[in-house]
This record gives sequence, C-alpha cells and structure tokens, in this order.
Amino acid sequence: MNSRRFFPWKVLAVLGLISLTLCDVSASQTDSQPPLTLTVAAYPAVDEIVKAAIPLWKRLHPEVEIKVVSRQFNDHHTAMITALSTSFYLPDVMALEVGFVGRFAQGGGLEDLALAPYTIGQFQAGYVPYAYAQATSRNGAVVAAPADIGPGTMLYRIDLLDKAGVTEAQMRQSWDSYVESGVQIKAVTGAYLIAHARDMKDIMIRTGIKPGEGLYFDKQSRVLVNTPRFVRAFELARKVRTLKLDAKVIAWSNEWSEGFKRGGIATQMSGAWLSGHMNTWLAPGTRGLWRAAQLPEQAYAAYGGTFYAIPKGAPAAHKRLAWEFIKLMTQNREVQLAAFKVQDAFPALSSSYDDPFFELPIAFLGGQKARVIWREAASHITAIDVHKQDAFADEVINTELDKVLDRGKDITTALADAQRLLQHRANR
Amino acid sequence: MRAAKFMAFRLSPELAPYLFLSPFVLLFLVFGVFPLLFSLYLAFQTWEPTSGLAAMQFVGWDNFAFALQDEWFWKSLKNTAWLALASGVPQHLVAIPLACFIHSSFGSLRNGVVGAYFMPYITSTVAIAILFSSLFSTDYGLINVVLSGLSQIPLLGGLMPQHPVDWLNDPDTIKPAIALIVFWRYVGFNVVLYLAALQTIPKDIYEAATMDGASRWQQFWFITLPSLKPMIFFGVTLSVIGGLQLFEEAFILTGGRGGSDQAGMTTAIYLYRMAFDFNDFGAASAMSWLLFIVVALLTWLTNRLFSTKESHS
Repeated sequence: MNSRRFFPWKVLAVLGLISLTLCDVSASQTDSQPPLTLTVAAYPAVDEIVKAAIPLWKRLHPEVEIKVVSRQFNDHHTAMITALSTSFYLPDVMALEVGFVGRFAQGGGLEDLALAPYTIGQFQAGYVPYAYAQATSRNGAVVAAPADIGPGTMLYRIDLLDKAGVTEAQMRQSWDSYVESGVQIKAVTGAYLIAHARDMKDIMIRTGIKPGEGLYFDKQSRVLVNTPRFVRAFELARKVRTLKLDAKVIAWSNEWSEGFKRGGIATQMSGAWLSGHMNTWLAPGTRGLWRAAQLPEQAYAAYGGTFYAIPKGAPAAHKRLAWEFIKLMTQNREVQLAAFKVQDAFPALSSSYDDPFFELPIAFLGGQKARVIWREAASHITAIDVHKQDAFADEVINTELDKVLDRGKDITTALADAQRLLQHRANR
Repeated sequence: MRAAKFMAFRLSPELAPYLFLSPFVLLFLVFGVFPLLFSLYLAFQTWEPTSGLAAMQFVGWDNFAFALQDEWFWKSLKNTAWLALASGVPQHLVAIPLACFIHSSFGSLRNGVVGAYFMPYITSTVAIAILFSSLFSTDYGLINVVLSGLSQIPLLGGLMPQHPVDWLNDPDTIKPAIALIVFWRYVGFNVVLYLAALQTIPKDIYEAATMDGASRWQQFWFITLPSLKPMIFFGVTLSVIGGLQLFEEAFILTGGRGGSDQAGMTTAIYLYRMAFDFNDFGAASAMSWLLFIVVALLTWLTNRLFSTKESHS
C-alpha cells in the first residue's frame, strides 16, 4: 500500500532528472560543437613528421584537431591489420611502409584515391613516378599517396678504399668489379666488403626486372625464381661468401652497427635515409669517412618508402578532411622539405627537387652533395609488381641462400626447391 | 520496516557465488573462450584480414590439409620437439639434485640461494634475450672471448673451436643457444617446485633409514625420488606444455624470423608468422589446433607414463 502511494513521486523524480539531463545535453550541443579530431596512425619518424606539420595544418583548418597515434613499426602495421579486419579503432589516416601497401591493396580495405572526391590522378605528375606506381594496384586503384621514398645508394668508407687503392669508379663498373674491389679492400685493410652476402642477393634479384613484372611471381602467379636473374644473384652472393668478403651480420643487429662504428664494414647498399641514421645513432663517430655513390652496374633500386592511406571504414564525415591532410603531407613542398631536412625522409614530391637544399653538402659524407645522386637515382627506379606471397617468398629465398652459403647446397637444386615450395603457396 | 528494506538488498546464498564469480567468468569468456572458438572458426575459412570480417570464405578442411602438407610446419614441429627435449630434460635432471642439495646444505641462506636461482624466471624475457644476444655475439660476445682464451691453453685448446662461433646465425648452433637460455630461465622455477615437495617428506623416514644403515644415495633413490614423483609429474607436465609452446626466447633471439634455415623457428613462431607476416590466418589457426592436439597427446602420454609406474610400484 505504501509503495503504491510513493510510486508516482519516484516516477516523477526520475523523469525530472532525465529531462534535466537531456536539456543540459541539448543545450551544450547547441552552445558549442566539440572540435572535430582527425586520428593519424603512424610509426617512429613518420609520427614526428606529422607532429611537425600540425601548426601548418592548424593555420589552414583551425577547427580540426590532429591526434597522432604512434606505435613501433611492427606493432603499428599489426594494429592496422587488426583495425581493418574488425573495422574497430580505425584511424582517419594511416601511414604505411611500402612493403605493406601492396599487401593492403589486395584486401580492398583502403579507399581508392583515384576516385572522387579524392582524384589523386590530377596530382600524379607531382609524385616520383615509381612511388605512384607502387601505390597503384593491378586493377588501377591508387590505395595510398606517397610521402617519402628510399632511392637506393651505396655508402662506402673513403678512408678504407683509399688505403686499399680502390676507386669508386672501379667498384661501380660492374658487380664483378665490385667483388674484386672487395678482395683488395679485405687484403689491405681487413675490413669486410659488405655486411651480409644476402645484401648482394637482395639487390641483384631487383635488377633487370621488366616493367610490371614481380620480384618472385608474374601476373599469373607463376613462380619466377628458377631464372637467370636468381642464378646470378646466388652465384655472386656465394662468391662473396667464398672469398670471405661478408661480415655475416644482419642489418639492424648490434654487430651491424658495431661493424660501422669500428670500420669493419667498407660498403653498405641501402636507401638514402641510411646516412641520416649513421649520422645520428648508428656510427656518428665515423663522420666525414663515408661517401655515397650510385649502385654498381648502373643498377637502381628502392629501399623503403612511406605512404598515407584512408581506410574505407573510417567515419565518412572525416574522409574529405583526411584527404586534405594527406594532400598537405604529400603535396605541400614546405612540409616535404621540412621532413627531408629534419628526418632524412627523401621527398616523394618530385616538384620539390629543384630546391637549393639538394645542392647543399652533407657534413657526414665529407661535404659531398649526395642528395643530387639520390635525386638522380629516384628518376631511374621502376616499380616492381607485388604479390600476396612476396613476404613468404622472401623467406624461402633467404633460406635457400643460407643453405647455399653455409652448407654448400648446389644453386640449381636450391632454386628448384624454392620453386617447388612457392608453387605450393602461389595461389593460396 | 528498516530491517525489511535492508533484507531486500541481501543476496540470496544461491545467487551470491554466481555474482562474485561473474567478473572472472565474463573476462574468461571474452579473452579465453571467444578467441578459442574464433580460431576454430577461422581454421575452416580463407580470409584476407584487411578486407574485414565479411571477407571470410568457408573452405572446409583445406587449411588442415595444407598445414599437414607444409614442409615448414613439420620443420617447426621438429625444431620445437628438439628444443623441448634439450631444454626440458636437463631442467629436471639438474633441478632435483640441486633442490636436495639446497634443502640439506643451506641453513639461513637457503631463501637467498633459492631467490638467486628463481631470478631468471621473473626477469623480463626481452631483457634476457638482449643480454644473451650480446653474450652470443660472434665478434664481440663474451662467450667467444672466453672460448678463445681457453683455446690458448695447451691441452684444453684442442677441444675448443679455433674460430669464433656464429651462435645465433649458424643453423647448427642456434638451437643449443636457445635451449641453454630456456634451461637457465626455468631451472630455478623447478628447484622451487622440488624444494616445496622436499619439505613435505617426513624426517622420520630418513631417520629410520639411517638407523637401518641406508646410505645417502640409497635414501635419495628409495625415499626422496619416490616421494617427489607427484611433483615430478607436475613439473614434467608444465615443461611439456611450455616446451611445445616455446615462443618468446626463440622469437627475440632470432629477430622474429626463426633464424638461418629456420633452425630456431618453433611452431608457435611459425603460427605467428603465418598470420601476421604471411597473412594466412586460416592456415595459422589450423596449425594452432594441430599443435593443440600434439600438446594434448603428449600431456596424456606423460600422465600415462607416471600413473603406470606408480601402479607398478
């Protein structure tokens, strides 16, 4: 009886509270809209580049905040795979390393920037051709915009070469003369020519690829490893090992950096960005002792690169602004050059290549104007078609090469085994 | 009236256990049961993860058939078995006598000694792997420096390697290197297990045996070891399961790739790589269920082995 008497009062009190809350919410919504925030997911160095561009972005779009979500390189890409697979916690813009662009393109989870409202095609001429091609899938969709590139270069220790009486021209003449120079360097200075014989194979299998052809597979998923391209790469790698010219250290290991610091490694083929890493943390004590050159035998190859993409599952209302942000990061000369100057991120915007900064000497490279060399390399590189099994193929080829180098396996047998393993996977 | 209202908020004894258990059950369902069922579902699908959940396609037993025909899956299983044996068996062979020695020989210092042996178990795997990466370094590592020093000693020198050993890059040496770290890390944990078991053995039995003229060795063989059997079964079961799921140490030491010729690639690493490096979540899930079958089978065999011997004795 008592409860019946009090019931209407309770209901009224609850209804009153709800209506007050609703009034408050609606009032706050009409009074001030919360600022729109674009989320940008990135990995180290790229996150710093994005943060550095925020003041310029705020001048253009004061009403839009930028939130940078930064993770370590591998964690970032794993997080992006998870986010795309579940459509949860998707950023508005994701940074992608070139190795993941092709893989993500096949998934169809990224916006085709060639379509309206993005129409990246109208900006195509501004980008380095090979970088734009790397972002273009087989069906013509452009899934990302290139931000920075890694034109391949050969860094070498001028002091060791001088001591051994070897010239840059001698080394660059051909791959065979490069190896012969290594013999001379090792004999006189004791330094290894190269960090690992695998580096030799890596560059060799990337040279002489016909336009549109893949590294390990062709367009019909036919395996391409049992070919003269791979035979020559394996033979040269084996020659390097037989002549004891490689330090047998893997890139980014402690021994790799120690090798640079102690003058134990005479040359390293990599992206242009490596000289920046050498200067800041890998081997700052070797300042002035390194020089850059084009790769031997007029080979040109790309080592890495960064792209920005918009996930299809990102909030529709944010996509236009996300594209504006990507345009700022990839098409704005000021932003591109700032990233180059501060983070050694070589611009993907070719229209910035006439900047006087390219002509400036680099102290770490003994005052050499190396950016001109890298700019030249960027214009020669061609894009390589990607295949969804490239990561596995890379592993298989490295394994077979290890068997050739360490266990004396016959090259023909090794490549035949690799061919068989890859055929098993090609159409998965 | 007040008492009646207060009583209305009291939980009934039938409901109380469910309410208090619900946080655990809820978390277990979300983080334990759901991933298990999802991986079982995935094992029968082909899926490009970057296309979203809707892109899954049912493929029946294809992923299992692929896994069973995959040379690298079998290679990873062999590596795992090798590492489980090479790191697991010595753990117990060393931990049992060591526990007996600590139990009988250290008075007030015992806890400190046990703590020292237990320390690797609670140390971060990453820190351990970094430490051992430096120790195993070919040109600059302490282990090769010591070996090089020993090779200078006239008689001993002939037994030592004449060149620096490439511990982490040579397929022949990477497995022993990983096994050594796993052994070093878990031997202290087993010592603690066996010490706990030793404390439950009544001293009267030893006193009686001494009076009967039993030697220390006979006491160890006929009293200590049989009394430890339940704990040995527990420890061996943990080693079997842990050994077959070995991931962290090998993953970090080989840079996440399994090492040269995949000599350090355990099945757990291969599963991870299949999913996150090679983008084949379906096959990775199928392999994880095949690994589960192997783990379950070996655990059952361990159980049978111990229970049979017990019944005979």
